[in-house]
Amino acid sequence: MTKAMTGARMVVQALIDQGVDTVFGYPGGAVLPIYDEIFQQNSIKHVLVRHEQGAVHAAEGYARSTGKPGVALVTSGPGATNAVTGLTDALMDSIPIVVLTGQVPTFMIGSDAFQECDTVGITRPCTKHNWLVKETDKLASVMHEAFHIATSGRPGPVVIDIPKDVQFATGKYTEARQVETHYNPQVKGDMEMIAELAAAMETAKRPLFYTGGGVINSGPAASQLLRELVAATGFPITSTLMGLGCYPASGENWLGMLGMHGLYEANMAMHDCDLMINIGARFDDRITGRLDAFSPSSTKAHIDIDASSINKVIKVDIPILGDVAHVLEDLLNVWKARGRKTDKENVQKWWHQINDWKKVDCLAFEQKGKVIKPQYALSRLEELTKKHDRYICTEVGQHQMWAAQYLGFEDPNRWMTSGGLGTMGYGFPASIGVQMGHPDALVINVAGEASWLMNMQELGTAMQYGLPVKQFILNNERLGMVRQWQELLHGERYSSSWSESLPDFVKLAEAFGAKGIICSDPDDLDDAIMEMLNHDGPVLFDCLVEKHENCFPMIPSGKPHNEMLLGENADVANAIKSDGAVMV
Amino acid sequence: MSPLKIKKGATSHSAYDLRPSFSDKEEQHTLAVLVENEPGVLARVIGLFAGRGYNIDSLTVAEVDHLGHRSRITIVTTGTPQIIVQIKAQLGRIVDVHKVNDLTVEGPSVERELALFKVQGTGDHRIEAIRLADIFRANVVDSTLESFVFEITGTSEKIDAFAELMQPLGLQEIARTGVAALSRGN
Ligand SMILES: Cc1ncc(C[n+]2csc(CCOP(=O)(O)OP(=O)(O)O)c2C)c(N)n1
Ligand SMILES: [Mg+2]
Repeated sequence: MTKAMTGARMVVQALIDQGVDTVFGYPGGAVLPIYDEIFQQNSIKHVLVRHEQGAVHAAEGYARSTGKPGVALVTSGPGATNAVTGLTDALMDSIPIVVLTGQVPTFMIGSDAFQECDTVGITRPCTKHNWLVKETDKLASVMHEAFHIATSGRPGPVVIDIPKDVQFATGKYTEARQVETHYNPQVKGDMEMIAELAAAMETAKRPLFYTGGGVINSGPAASQLLRELVAATGFPITSTLMGLGCYPASGENWLGMLGMHGLYEANMAMHDCDLMINIGARFDDRITGRLDAFSPSSTKAHIDIDASSINKVIKVDIPILGDVAHVLEDLLNVWKARGRKTDKENVQKWWHQINDWKKVDCLAFEQKGKVIKPQYALSRLEELTKKHDRYICTEVGQHQMWAAQYLGFEDPNRWMTSGGLGTMGYGFPASIGVQMGHPDALVINVAGEASWLMNMQELGTAMQYGLPVKQFILNNERLGMVRQWQELLHGERYSSSWSESLPDFVKLAEAFGAKGIICSDPDDLDDAIMEMLNHDGPVLFDCLVEKHENCFPMIPSGKPHNEMLLGENADVANAIKSDGAVMV
Repeated sequence: MSPLKIKKGATSHSAYDLRPSFSDKEEQHTLAVLVENEPGVLARVIGLFAGRGYNIDSLTVAEVDHLGHRSRITIVTTGTPQIIVQIKAQLGRIVDVHKVNDLTVEGPSVERELALFKVQGTGDHRIEAIRLADIFRANVVDSTLESFVFEITGTSEKIDAFAELMQPLGLQEIARTGVAALSRGN
């Protein structure tokens, strides 16, 4: 049975049918009919953001923390162009979101009408797929297909551009189950390859699991299976920034994050392993460092749902195309059926080596004097919040790397950070999205003062909807990460990397009706954090920290993993050669 | 996930196709890409090549199945084997792409291109032009007292060779369609 309704009504109906409960958006002329429908129903909550970039990041935060697709609704022209950063961010980090944009009426397209832009043209390279819907009869099926494409295979952002006349016109509503799609990516891995990997695991002397965001995207079952596999084999495990939480930080086999600012033991293990089992990671340049020196003596297996990720930058020996959860399930079964064999003696030796590396204690720091070290601030935050039902977002910069190093993640979907695009301004709106998905949880955004200012207008949103998001700003009055690179690579010439004319964050919070806290003394820190936690509402926490602290460990660009810099005493100036300096 | 009719289980795609044997030498490959005939699909394909810095030596596109709503894009591209594998995987990722075939490696195939040549000249040049056209099995599709338009079909190499010969005989303009290709047999 097909029902007749207006296009605008279809949009809301399709959202309801897809199980959407929250939409982040901002109205304008080209989406007024849809807003009119939203006004007349109670199934879907609409969160009015203060900037369309905020809507898309909020949808990302919602998606990443709930495992459900996030939805944003924006108007044509500037509404759509403001969404572009968020779309690109979601594409790079494989976050499933559906963004609806208004468009000028079909008969005006191409005439440079008011607030017209070529939305599908502009967003084609920054979406997984997009549509301009010119007939109301097709709108519902496109909506359903959009959710399917955003969430299946390698997830990603999609855009549906809906001209205003299509919203007003009446057409037939197509139910989700009536929609046919040819897009059905392969989820099961090749069994022969899986058997080959199991065989390699049996004989490996120095094995290592290298996991990434794909484990999280594959769903909670993937993390569960991964934990089983790690426990059953006893192999060490590391993860990329995007994969934090897929294996618990308190787990016995955990080596911590790897990569440019990863842990010494994780990077050394990556360099020296003889079997690397990449599960849902993509050999990003933040991980590999110098390509020709990357893990030189390992056999490499790679489990990924996206064929284009396999052999893109690193040639692998055992490629397995499929969904992480499906492949891990088969792998576990095969490995068990073959008798649960590992080379215990050599794996034991490998662990001795790893434990020696751990003794370097690469994250050690000393909190002395009257200035808060950022590492200390995060260690205290960890200590005082780890027992909570906690979700962490970050902005981009040094604070982001310190958060990844000093906070522990026990479960997937608890860590929202902009990895691939590195978008300053991501964290605050993302925290709003997370809090909408988890009203009773503790949601903290670990921020740098500069990043936070990039989407600070969203404090209005947090206030309007009573979202008690905690903004924990590590304020070094610097574009810290930029300053660090200038120190290391550009002769300490700090070109435009100061945060000058900063606002008084406490007053800023108060101007919005929120709570502001400032803390500069290490002795006051615990009390101040408790005050933040105990306040039922949004808090802006201005934590004044050491201004010229550098983030270590660090693999200088163009260097292999076993040449990482460990701390302030490292010979930094000579570490980065000019050929490395061209890389970012 | 949305309640769509999703076929269960693995496709015929074998992971062995992914196992590389890469050299650094550049190769030319002809790819046949079957796509949904949707607005913007060509822009997606071209945007992929432009955005990721791949070469397009030749590209043709036309609808091949009106009822099935399918178009076929034939792309001739050059790159190292690793890049060619990457191009195919990236094409396969486009939602509107149904199938990617590498005609260069998947068994024997035939390739043809059509070209129109305008050659201007009188006297001996004119006679020589028509003689060569005959050898190349090119047809005269337009003629004035001082010019011919030849139509020639063949491999790209044959058309290149014809162009070289026509050059000194008063070649004015060439229009080429780009390569159309099919695998041989079944
Ligand atoms: C939108 C955007 N612009 C510029 C950059 C480049 N960038 C990376 S980190 C950084 C400094 C961030 O400063 P802050 O937020 O204070 O964090 P800190 O590094 O000081 O902890 C900049 C400018 C970026 N990542 N994103
Ligand atoms: Mg800063």
